[in-house]
Amino acid sequence: MIKHIKHHLTTPLLMGYAAGTLPEAFNLVVATHISLCDDCRAAQAEFDAIGGETMLDAGSVAMSDDALTATLAKIAQGDAEAVRPQRNGPYPAPLAVYMTDTSKWRKIGGGVSQMLLHTGDRASVRLLKIPAGTAVPDHGHRGTELTLVLQGAFTDAHDRFAVGDIEVANEDMHHMPIAEMGDDCICLSATDAPLAFHGLLPRIAGRIMGI
Amino acid sequence: MTDAPTVKRLAWISQLNAVRDHQDRAAFGDLFSYFAPRVKSFLMKSGSSPELAEECAQDVMATVWNKAHLFDGSKASVSTWIFTIARNRRIDMVRKLHRPEPEDLPWGPQDAPSAVDTLALQQETEILGQALAALPKKQRQLIERAYFGELTHAEIASETGLPLGTIKSRIRLALDRLRHAMN
Repeated sequence: MIKHIKHHLTTPLLMGYAAGTLPEAFNLVVATHISLCDDCRAAQAEFDAIGGETMLDAGSVAMSDDALTATLAKIAQGDAEAVRPQRNGPYPAPLAVYMTDTSKWRKIGGGVSQMLLHTGDRASVRLLKIPAGTAVPDHGHRGTELTLVLQGAFTDAHDRFAVGDIEVANEDMHHMPIAEMGDDCICLSATDAPLAFHGLLPRIAGRIMGI
Repeated sequence: MTDAPTVKRLAWISQLNAVRDHQDRAAFGDLFSYFAPRVKSFLMKSGSSPELAEECAQDVMATVWNKAHLFDGSKASVSTWIFTIARNRRIDMVRKLHRPEPEDLPWGPQDAPSAVDTLALQQETEILGQALAALPKKQRQLIERAYFGELTHAEIASETGLPLGTIKSRIRLALDRLRHAMN
């Protein structure tokens, strides 16, 4: 847990995470932020509670006659105990799971490296490493971009983002993040830009942001 | 005096503890007859066929039995906890998506949850439920659509009429009190 986190999850992200409707890439960023942020952990509990009460209010549909018997039979089969993943350095447990032996840092230009973690139908997520003092080229966004700082810090025209802070950027936002001096800045970054983006402009997109 | 709805929530906890401690089938039957039809309805409203919703609701209730030892009444109401199991089951079975969970919080030594904290959290959840039920129909439907999976993140973001500020703040206060007591 980190004190003084200034930039938190938004209501739509918390509600989407509680509802289970976010793309996997966004779920990972939300779970990683909550691992670092007590405020958002408490907020998540609230949104789960809203889900619970909404479910109670959603009516009831009769179960089949033998449902209880069938359920007791399922219980008799037992249930595998889930293994809880472990944190790894600056990488909280939910994120560490995505960093496998085959995950590699790759240079994407301008001194910036990325480690692609997951690409889904709706969104993708990667780690970005920006050397201290380096600027990421000015870029706009298609869809939503989530950027969570794990090490170091960056500033842009809007604000400063340090470890634990999350920036939620929309289509109408252009910015040029600059990594602060000190440690290299490592961020977890998810975008829900359509995959067609990759096919149409692979070189340019790859050079600019590695997406 | 504890109000009747909160007494009902405390009874769910007693039933769950009886399952955990004594594999009490009668207590489980009570939980089953209340929650399974609601989980089934929730899953059907989330787009499942009746057959799939029945199957998933049975799985959810089996998980309730198997994971009863993980429930903590000072941190969640039974309704909240069962919702999270139902949501995760829906993700696994219908959506085939992965939803990573946050790291466990180091809450300090895991003593049995205190009766005072448990009562407070159950009361706050009851108040939240009543506040939700009292919302104007249009606003309530918006929240339902979000939780039934009918709204994307962008659609939730574009909705400005989500009336959440007033209804949820008390649960946060209850959790804050608990966290400060633990740290």
